[in-house]
Formats: sequence, structure tokens, C-alpha cells
Amino acid sequence: MMAPAPDPDSAPFLQAAREGRLLIGRCLDTGRAFFYPRAISPFTLSSNVAMEAASGRGTIYSVTVMRARPAYAVAYVELEEGPRIFTNIVDCDLDALRIGQAVRVLFRPAEDGQPLPVFTPA
Amino acid sequence: MSLRGKACIVGAYEHPLRKAPGHSVARLHAEVAAGALADAGLTKDDVDGYFCAGDAPGLGPIDMAEYMNLTRLRHVDATDTGGSSYLLHVSHAAQAIAAGKCDVALVTLAGRPRSSGTATGTRPRSWGPDIPNDAYELPYGRTVAAAYALVAARHMHEFGTTSEQLAWVKVAASHHAQHNPQAMLPQVVTVEDVVSSPMVSDPLHRLDCCVISDGGGALVVARPEIARRLNRPVITLRGAGEAVKHQEAGGIDLTYSAGRRSGAAAFAEAGVSPADIRYASIYDSFTITVVVQLEDLGFCEKGRGGAFVADGNLISGVGRLPFNTDGGGLCNNHPANRGGMTKVIEAVRQLRGEAHPAVQVPGCHLALAHGTGGLLGTRHGSATLILERA
Repeated sequence: MMAPAPDPDSAPFLQAAREGRLLIGRCLDTGRAFFYPRAISPFTLSSNVAMEAASGRGTIYSVTVMRARPAYAVAYVELEEGPRIFTNIVDCDLDALRIGQAVRVLFRPAEDGQPLPVFTPA
Repeated sequence: MSLRGKACIVGAYEHPLRKAPGHSVARLHAEVAAGALADAGLTKDDVDGYFCAGDAPGLGPIDMAEYMNLTRLRHVDATDTGGSSYLLHVSHAAQAIAAGKCDVALVTLAGRPRSSGTATGTRPRSWGPDIPNDAYELPYGRTVAAAYALVAARHMHEFGTTSEQLAWVKVAASHHAQHNPQAMLPQVVTVEDVVSSPMVSDPLHRLDCCVISDGGGALVVARPEIARRLNRPVITLRGAGEAVKHQEAGGIDLTYSAGRRSGAAAFAEAGVSPADIRYASIYDSFTITVVVQLEDLGFCEKGRGGAFVADGNLISGVGRLPFNTDGGGLCNNHPANRGGMTKVIEAVRQLRGEAHPAVQVPGCHLALAHGTGGLLGTRHGSATLILERA
């Protein structure tokens, strides 16, 4: 996995991942969850936002297997909290992945050792 | 203010090269500019508006104006929405002309990803520094192919679209490309050829993907009074629309594109409907791109795009909606990985009656050109133009 470039907006997300938590944003003006996490609310543009750990449970909204060497699965996973997030599905039979399938989060290190959330069949 | 009738495309030119290792990017821009101006019967000293996007070197309008020695510029625009930029430029040029900000606008595109060995669709790439979504996508191997494959997979899941239906888009493009001596892939292919080509990112096969090419293209947009003085058919902008669609804070819906809004705006301004369109240039980075956009533009119902493109319905002289009669990005050319320019150029050829005779649509008086830029599966811009021959 390519290492994520450091960025003040993504720092809390990356710190949480080092602690084994998948962080999502919550707009405190509207109560709505959002992804990707950022310092402003994508619903109101205010900075009245909080970061919170997602349950890590979700379902596959769409999935493709990129036939690189080695092949890997790219997906959007719809989290229990609502947001659909861009991710990988790992530790699975790539050819058996299906839209609607239940998945759960786990963490894998990028090239620089930074753990990042990915998903595996639940 | 409506743009209807406010500006005309008076010059169009596609670079003949598909591989240009000996050309600088600036030279390619200048060569297509010269070609489009010659096509119009104008010179560089007639140009007072210049439009380019991120494929232009450096600070595009400044560095390219210097290279081409454009000295009369009084309006410039470097709007960059990826491959759709040049359709927006036509619309923005019409706005500038209508507002009196320029009279003759030059739009250029050029690049050489093929010579530089860019793994355009199959390696994760950032578009530049400080992009807020990169940290959440590039580590997961976000390739162009995967981003479009996610759209195709969801379309198949929701609507029952098949790989064979997608393949018909490539088959139609190849039927057109056989008549284009400059096309990179001039061989006619079958549905079986497409679905048996190697998988790139499920469900998209190698032949579901566009080509990677060097080259470029240019357009000249002018005030109607100027267009009528030139010795070329008068091609008028009748309607234009643009839109941006993205992940919407986690609410992404992969079943439709920004074309839904850009198309509706263009048709409303033009006062015509999809049934009136005789020829359509539709951005074809991948076969799925065409299917989704045809639905979003209203050529068929949402979810029926697969059935619509099947059985040769996009082949000129065979089907109801001739598309990309130059062979499109799928078979002809996708210069600088940005296919919007060539979409406009082929629409102009059709309206002038200057397409190859084997693919020319008889009496083509009303055409649509539509582009997307960025990634259909994450975030993209789109623009729709409706053009008519006076």
C-alpha cells in the first residue's frame, strides 16, 4: 500500500488508525456522519465537527478486482453509520466477493508502516 | 443570459500523430493551434481569447501565450475539469464573446502520455499536491480502471447490464475506426473479442478501455458575425451545460454521472430533446462511461443503457444514434488522457458534412458533444454542448 501523504486534515484519521480505530466525521450542527474526515463540516462548512470511531461493520456497495500483480480488491463499503468509503477487501477469495456482502474492518500497514483500515468478509 | 446562437465553432483540428516522442508538449499545442486557425481561415494575430487546461505546460495561458507569441489576448481561462475541460472552454468562450470580452477564442489540448510511458489507467496516480482525498484513496490502489470498474460493477448489480452489452460500445467504435487512417485501433472487433480480452479490473476487459495516445487538438470559437465572413460552414452553439459530481461526504451513488445535470441544462438552453439529436460524441474512456452517460443525457431510461447500445445501435448507418464516428477514445485517439477535445472536433466534422463518407450522418444538422473528466467512480466534471449547423 502506498503511504498516505501527511496532511493536517487526515492526521487524526491516521493517528486513530495507529490505535486500531476507523475514524469518521460527525457534523455537530446536523448530527450527520461524513467521510472522508476533514476539519470542516461538508454539510454546513462550520468547524463544529467531531471525529468518532465507527463500528467497523458494513456491507460492500461496489467491488472490483484490479488484475495487477498481485491482484487486489478495491471497493466502496457502506458503513453501518451510513457513509460509503473507498477501501480494499483483503484476506478473502477475490473471485467470491459480492455486492451486499457483510464485511468488518481490520488494519494493514502501508509502505511506511502507517496502519490503514481495510475490510474483510465478516 | 442564454448562450444560444452567441458563438460559433469556426476552426477545428486534430493532430495527426498518435506518438510524438520528438515533440515538446508546447510544440504540440502550437501545432494544433496553427491547424485550427488555418481551418478557420484566421491567423494567430486574430486571437484575443485563449483557453487551455492542466495539460498545457506551466501557467498555461501565460507560458503558452509566450510560446505561440499571442500578443492581443484580452481574455484567458484555464478551467481544468480533466478531460471535459475543452467542452467547458467552448461554453466559457461563448460567454466571453457574448459579454464582449473577446471575439476569437482559441482552445488547445495536447500531451504525450504514450511517449512518456505513463501507466495511465493501471497505476495509482495523484493529480497533484495537497489533494484532500488522496490519503483516503491512493493507498488502496485507486487506479483509473478500478474507479470506472466500480461504476460498471454497480450498474450490472442494479440493472442487470452485461459484459456483452458493454462490449457493443467498443464494437461500434471499431466499426467507425476502420475508416480512420489515423486510428490507433482500426481493426473491427466483435463482442467475443472484447469479452475474451484480458481482464483489467472486473468487469472491465482490456478492450473495454480507451487507447493511450500522444497528440492533441484545437478549436477556434468566434463571434457569429465573424463566422459568417469566413469560408466555412457556420456551426453554432445552441446550448451548453456543466456540472461536477463527487462523493458527497460519503453519500456517493455510482449509478449516475454529472451528465444528468449538464445534459439537462444544455437541452433546456437549446430547446431541443435527445430525440432531435442526429449525432452524439460521448466521452468513451471506458465502455461503461458511454452507457451511463447515454442514460444521464436522456437518450434512454436509467438502467436501460446496456440494452440501448446493443446490436449496433451506435453504429453509423445501422443504429438509431451514431456515436464517435472517428473511432473515439476507444479506438482512435485519447490525447493527453483527455478525450473532450476530440469529442467536439468529430461533432464539428459531422455538422460540416466532413466526416468520412462511410460514417457521415446524412443531413446532420444537430449534434451533441459530451465529456467527463476525472473519475466517474469518485469525482468528476462534465460538460454537454449542443451544436447546430445554420
